[in-house]
Amino acid sequence: MSGRQFVTFLKKNTMILILLAVLVFFTLMTDGNMLSAMSVTSLISQNAYVFILATGMLLCILTGGNIDLSVGSIVCFAGAIGGFLLVKLQLPLIVAIIGILAVGILIGAFQGFWIAYVRIPPFIVTLAGMLAFRGLSNAVLGGKSIPVDDKYSTFLMLFGGGNECYVTDVFSFIGIEKFNVTCFALGILATAVFILTGLVSRNTKIKKGYEVENFVSFVIKEVFISIAILAITFRLSQYKGFPMVLIWVMIVVLIYGYITSNTTVGRYFYAVGGNEKATKLSGINTNKVYFLAYANMGLLAAVSSLVVVARLGSAQTTAGDSYEMDAIASCFIGGASAYGGIGTVPGVIIGATLIGVINMGMSLMNVDADYQKVVRGAVLLAAVIFDVVSKRGGKFIAKN
Amino acid sequence: MANIILEMKQITKTFPGVKALDNVNLQVEESEIHALVGENGAGKSTLMNVLSGVYPFGTYEGDIIYKSEVCHFNDIKDSEALGIVIIHQELALVPYMTIAENMFLGNERGKSYKIDWDETNALAKKYLDIVGLQESPQTLIKDIGVGKQQLVEIAKALSKNAKLLILDEPTSSLNESDSKALLDLMLKLKYEHGLTSIIISHKLNEISYVADKITVIRDGSTIETLDKKVDDFSEPRIIKGMVGRELSDRFPKRENCVLDEIKMEVKNWNAYHPLYSERKVVDNVNFHVKKGEVLGIAGLMGAGRTELAMSIFGKSYGDNISGELYFDGKRVFLNSVTDAIKQKLAYVTEDRKGNGLILSNPIKVNTTLANLEGVSNHGIIDKDKEYAVAVEYKEKLKTKCPSVEQNVGNLSGGNQQKVLLAKWMFADPEILILDEPTRGIDVGAKYEIYCIINQLVSEGKSVIMISSEMPELLGMADRVYVMNEGKMVGELSKEEASQEKIMTMIIQSAGKKPLEVSTKEEK
Repeated sequence: MSGRQFVTFLKKNTMILILLAVLVFFTLMTDGNMLSAMSVTSLISQNAYVFILATGMLLCILTGGNIDLSVGSIVCFAGAIGGFLLVKLQLPLIVAIIGILAVGILIGAFQGFWIAYVRIPPFIVTLAGMLAFRGLSNAVLGGKSIPVDDKYSTFLMLFGGGNECYVTDVFSFIGIEKFNVTCFALGILATAVFILTGLVSRNTKIKKGYEVENFVSFVIKEVFISIAILAITFRLSQYKGFPMVLIWVMIVVLIYGYITSNTTVGRYFYAVGGNEKATKLSGINTNKVYFLAYANMGLLAAVSSLVVVARLGSAQTTAGDSYEMDAIASCFIGGASAYGGIGTVPGVIIGATLIGVINMGMSLMNVDADYQKVVRGAVLLAAVIFDVVSKRGGKFIAKN
Repeated sequence: MANIILEMKQITKTFPGVKALDNVNLQVEESEIHALVGENGAGKSTLMNVLSGVYPFGTYEGDIIYKSEVCHFNDIKDSEALGIVIIHQELALVPYMTIAENMFLGNERGKSYKIDWDETNALAKKYLDIVGLQESPQTLIKDIGVGKQQLVEIAKALSKNAKLLILDEPTSSLNESDSKALLDLMLKLKYEHGLTSIIISHKLNEISYVADKITVIRDGSTIETLDKKVDDFSEPRIIKGMVGRELSDRFPKRENCVLDEIKMEVKNWNAYHPLYSERKVVDNVNFHVKKGEVLGIAGLMGAGRTELAMSIFGKSYGDNISGELYFDGKRVFLNSVTDAIKQKLAYVTEDRKGNGLILSNPIKVNTTLANLEGVSNHGIIDKDKEYAVAVEYKEKLKTKCPSVEQNVGNLSGGNQQKVLLAKWMFADPEILILDEPTRGIDVGAKYEIYCIINQLVSEGKSVIMISSEMPELLGMADRVYVMNEGKMVGELSKEEASQEKIMTMIIQSAGKKPLEVSTKEEK
């Protein structure tokens, strides 16, 4: 790799390198505790909701730096409705799940209508939603929480709450002590699929005579990601195994990663954020694009509320508090542009992981909770400054 | 000889790839009204931006000598400090502030921590009286018409102690009586206050009415300066100076491929301004284009050509659009851009950065944006096919770029224009409306664009070319329509068309005017 290629490589992967540096830093500061089996498992379980919400938030931000402030309140409200259906009305699990998802989509569509078709600024609509749905959740819950306890073990297990929320070890008969073979097998399988698809798509491209990325950087990327998958699943295997919640996160990430990079609808989100007028004049219904972004955000907020209720073991009035900020911060740290049109799902996942790692590392180091917030704020500001200044060609002060 | 207040000597200003001004000289005497005329893009506005410091000292060559001193302006504040005030065509007033607040915006009376409102309003009143505007200084800008807003701008300039006032197309959005009042105000300020003004205008009748001298600029150079006392100020004389240039071999040859089939016909087309619903922007327009024909639409900026095109293109501009549209003799209704694209109509915008391209996206994404279905299957994009399409058009149009993965924002204007054309060619239209297809690109790229246009019509497509560059229309079009103030005011065949004829049509159509200028009707 020549010097210039190396610089582009660094620029393209800045956030990954920062994430690695941060990981190394905390590992050293916590005597390796940061990378212990338990820490890795709880990093995933604790941050599952951020991954899901940030993926939805990315679509909103892509349309032009628009954010959705109401997601925390929707998480809480959908959870309250779910608790009400499941526990108070004793309805079957499937009805409760459908109920939660329906509430999310309806709220998302309601807000999306005002934003997309009436063109009320998203900030205002979702601020109103944030207030209103927080209030409604309190009303539904009557100010108290609804416990979703062991009587609903299927629900808890399915969405990653309680003690048994891991994929059952079907290979336990092999009997390696304190090692979940199924989990590691899943990791190996995932790695194999990843490497194969990478090679196949590279080969078809070469066959058709299309441009492919530099072989060295391709190998580095494949090796790096394979190691990451194997390392994570190895650690998970040493604890309790593959968390159920990770399956949901992966489903969401894979689906939306595919939508944003391979479908026409996904392309429209980028186009609207890149230049709305040009998009309109290309015959694309931009109102619909805004509507989809916000309706979908409601859906993903509901999915995330399933995970949150299961993890907390109850529907609570304080659930989802300031979740919107975690999601928004993940997007911007993960390279989404504050003006829209730029950002990827993998980038957002890295952003969310970076925040999760910083939180966990600081907790392990017993940093005061107040100062943790200060650090998070600083990281967010620094990431966006970096983005804006580098797009301006390195000029620090904007032209007057 | 009277006092020379301003002299601009051998001003040369280069933009990347284009020499906008080439050794321009301008002399303005004290207390005169000096007019600058020239075609669109001749360099008038650039010259005034150099003078007012919009382009700071050092970004141009040559000297500005004002009141016998060489000036180095770094921004507008510097030139305003010396009393040089420019009023742009687009008024720069804040609608929800009062007249007085606007007049002293950035120049507030009183102390920085306490604005003296009494002084502000009293001073505002004083200057409003000078310009003859009977409005309270407390009136909001949004509540007065454009004509009065223009007067507020002048009052604002006077409040900055203007000695030299520059007006860029001051009457372009005014009606006749407001225009007349404005011109009379200019004369009054000249006689009573000794104010010097420079006026840029396309309305030659107005110029002959107020100006003492006229400087003609063409292609970035000064051609001549006419003096009212010695020279003929008639319109044909001025037009001759504006357009007199040789048509050289700048256009690729084309076999006549016009077929005798009418492809598109527009009947009684009307459209109104989207914000000012009483303003008719397109006024009862009729025209048609044949298969294999390059149809030119000439006119000045603001003639309503873009508005006409966009209102046809799926009603993407304007309100209350009415009229009939026929493709191949069949009536069609295009209610959205999607309809228009489906009916094989394409509109290639004049504003490629604002309305045409997504600068932050790669060439391939831009190429397929108007026809994503063409590279996708049930909503899933075939990225390999998309890449292949982008490469195909890159080669067809000779777009210069390292790869189609390159962001469009990094390309030169000419190559951006080619990507924009590629995007619409990939949408596979039968009629293409090209709005200023060669604006801001260099001569070589222009030639290549002309070749693409020839290629399109030879395939039997119809091209409607809107252009403000008359030589381009004369060189390329099989037929030319002339548009002015929202109306079609003339039609010329290739053989009949000439720059003088087009200009005359435009100017005479602005015809029914109250300011009969003596020199004009005598012939």
